[in-house]
Amino acid sequence: MHLSVNDRDEIVADDVDPGTPLLWVLRDHLHLVGTKYGCGIGACGACTVHLDGKAVRSCQTPVSTVGARKVTTIEGLAQDGTLHPLQQAWIDADVPQCGYCQAGQIMNAAAMLKEKPKPTDADIHMAMTGNLCRCACYTRIRSAIHMAAGTAEGATHAG
Amino acid sequence: MQAETIAKFAESDAYLAQIIREVEALPAAPAATMGRRGFLKLSTVGGAGLVLAFHLPAGKAFAAEDTPKVINAFVRVAPDNTVTIYSKGPEIGQGIKTAFGLIIAEELDADWKHVVVEQARVNPKVYGYQGAGGSTSIPRGWDQLRQAGAGAKAMLIAAAAKQWNVPAGEITGQDSMLSHKPSGKSASYGDMAMAAAKMPVPDPASLKLKTRSEYRLLGKRYTGVDNPKVVTGQPLFGIDVQMPGMVYANYVKCPSTGGKVASANLDEVKKLPGVIDAFVLEGTGKPSEVMPGVAIIANSTWAAFKAKDALKVNWDGSEASKDSTVAAEAKAKEIAAGPLPKPSTDIGNVDAAFAKGKVVEAYYQYAFVSHQTLEPMNTTAHWHDGMMEIWAPSQQADRGLAMVAAMVGVPQDNVVIHQTRVGGGFGRRLMNDYMMEAAAIAMKVNAPVKLQWKREDDFAHDFLRPGGFHSLKAALDKDGRLDAWQEHFITFTADGKREVSGGNFSGNLPYTTLAPNVRRATSMMPLLVPTGAWRGPRDNTQVFVQQSFMHELATAANRDYVAFLLDVVNRDVPELRVPANGRIKFDPKRASDVIKLAAEKSGWGRKLPKGRGLGLAFSYAYGGHVAEAIDLSVDDKKKITVHKIWVVADVGPIINLSGAENQAQGGSIDALSTAMGLQIGFDNGRIQQANFNSYPVLRIRSAPPVEASFIQSEFSPTGLGEPAVPPLAGALAHAIFAATGERVRQIPLKTLGYSI
Repeated sequence: MHLSVNDRDEIVADDVDPGTPLLWVLRDHLHLVGTKYGCGIGACGACTVHLDGKAVRSCQTPVSTVGARKVTTIEGLAQDGTLHPLQQAWIDADVPQCGYCQAGQIMNAAAMLKEKPKPTDADIHMAMTGNLCRCACYTRIRSAIHMAAGTAEGATHAG
Repeated sequence: MQAETIAKFAESDAYLAQIIREVEALPAAPAATMGRRGFLKLSTVGGAGLVLAFHLPAGKAFAAEDTPKVINAFVRVAPDNTVTIYSKGPEIGQGIKTAFGLIIAEELDADWKHVVVEQARVNPKVYGYQGAGGSTSIPRGWDQLRQAGAGAKAMLIAAAAKQWNVPAGEITGQDSMLSHKPSGKSASYGDMAMAAAKMPVPDPASLKLKTRSEYRLLGKRYTGVDNPKVVTGQPLFGIDVQMPGMVYANYVKCPSTGGKVASANLDEVKKLPGVIDAFVLEGTGKPSEVMPGVAIIANSTWAAFKAKDALKVNWDGSEASKDSTVAAEAKAKEIAAGPLPKPSTDIGNVDAAFAKGKVVEAYYQYAFVSHQTLEPMNTTAHWHDGMMEIWAPSQQADRGLAMVAAMVGVPQDNVVIHQTRVGGGFGRRLMNDYMMEAAAIAMKVNAPVKLQWKREDDFAHDFLRPGGFHSLKAALDKDGRLDAWQEHFITFTADGKREVSGGNFSGNLPYTTLAPNVRRATSMMPLLVPTGAWRGPRDNTQVFVQQSFMHELATAANRDYVAFLLDVVNRDVPELRVPANGRIKFDPKRASDVIKLAAEKSGWGRKLPKGRGLGLAFSYAYGGHVAEAIDLSVDDKKKITVHKIWVVADVGPIINLSGAENQAQGGSIDALSTAMGLQIGFDNGRIQQANFNSYPVLRIRSAPPVEASFIQSEFSPTGLGEPAVPPLAGALAHAIFAATGERVRQIPLKTLGYSI
């Protein structure tokens, strides 16, 4: 089976069960471990990746259903060595605490910004409600999205 | 008959209780008196530059033959001018890796841009305590880390003094540069690193540490040192460990603690695609170590998870937990209605105060809750060449090392533990059960094996924050002051003798419930569901009870709560004076200052429309004095909208302002999330919640803005991982009362029909 992951053609071995969630193919077979396992039922958003630019829960996406769609993971979000504005904002606003949920948060936010480049708080709440942060970094996630989008005041720069 | 289970369980629980005591037990006097042998210069590493290590505890001999085993140290100044700082404790989201680096860099006067912070390997011989718990990383490390930085700087200066033939006292170090003004000579730290390594090691006690006015780095905002890796998805966490030839495991235990494997369809499971092996482990029978179960070994995580679904185990539950939260709740009410048992505290004359004063009574309760770190439990273990090599996300890998060595039956030197970044701690990972399981499995697998728990395993096998019940009675004197406080705490016990871990009276609260007459007593109900430490153990629930009931008393006295609270914390009760040089550092002035500032910041006393309320509460816990205020609205369907939270903390000087704000924001919102909606139930010993769809951790739409303020007093700095948690639930309850007139006496509030 062929997969397009981060603009690379990846071959998934024949003995991989086609029902395997994309999450585990990425992590165990392609060794892209930035995408995280949190709940396995699509309730926490830690496993969020893009399929043709749309955010999906990779734990709920059997690898056999991906087909020719382009998979983008957190490892492939930066372009030509430049961080995505959200990645930069996440650093500048010092969003992460434990950091485990952040790949999923950033991927989900990146898909949202494509639809809504200038989001309001309400837009952010609607789009990001499926992404759980157990450390409760929510106030900074909100600020960092605004910072990346150039909306509202953005966050205090952590330096 | 559960005698065996009870005995093993009690041993496990006592172990955790001991951990909690130890992590909380800060040395009364900081280790400033370390002798000359406190430092260890490592000149054996060729071309490394200056490498300076410490060994603790002070006075403990460091055998020469151990030196080659010292792979990591505290600080290394390399010839290329890079300063590498080794963070000894685990990063669990509390920001310690950044804070430790900053403390050393401050005294070293290193250029932060050229500082790299790396995770130290587990080696208690070099680093001493390497855990993270009880918000003690900063207070335990403060002097030690400052001396490491100052010591390295002193050696760099000594080398320059020798080379330039000038007095050391005339040389300054700043931004990784040494300079001698009179001669105009200068050199980078890197230029001097090799020469510095040849200098004698200074006596730590002789080093002059900076005063606060001299700080160049501390107190400003810094982004976390691992953030660039976090946001690009680089491997950092335990779950990210990959090894050539690695296999994957899941471990299936009885849903009721204490159940054993009677039989299992192992032959069927072994035939499943991707499954390499399946076998029964008897384990040690202790929840803190390895409980009986079935290990499934597969060629991928998914194959192991699928095999788990196909595994059918016939559990022998004869000795397993039969506990029920519903039954416990009913039983606690019965106990509360009965006579008060023999008090553990009895100061003054409570009964006389009740006879003459205005008496208020109330019954409070709080639910069991689970940790649910977002990274599920996991460990990679490799048994090779008589060595057990482990990669684990643990809050106490150092303690795990000793446990693994004992179980595997090898000397501790044959256990190597690599600390990974930890995807959330909250007290769950003070336990090393998953590490022990991985080690036990690795003994039977001829390859590196990654044990991966499912989220459902994290729910089924946690060490819960115990629920509890408090029957309270207090008296107000004629001036409306707190005159008597009687508290009957109905909690749980594993062994029938002692409260379960995390389920005893807080050691902090006696010093902040200051009344001339105080009586406390404890009743215990049997429990065989594992409990433990949950972010701010005991205080995160008992402060809710204390502050809520005190608010009831202030209301009954027709007094303003802030005035009432200030009165209580400033009361001098001779029997309740804080012992000198003890672990508890409650200070009425620090308490008063945070309470007053929280009142000021939140606009205490301002007129609010109907349905809107302001609440405020205080706690002294884990070394921190914290007051929190909350502004919220409640609609007619009991839906709560939180407009804002104010956190005012005095934890001494702030190391990293950004990190401190993160802890204040995260801690208070975690507490809001838990007080609103989180509850674990169990029936016949089985946990009833299985995943996040039945455990509503708060989402971004409900997260209010949080304004954090710090009173940077002159006391030594203390931690902030926990102190922002305890006051929130009490403030929330006050605000609901102010908004609606309804008194809430139990958490989570969803059990009373509230939502957020």
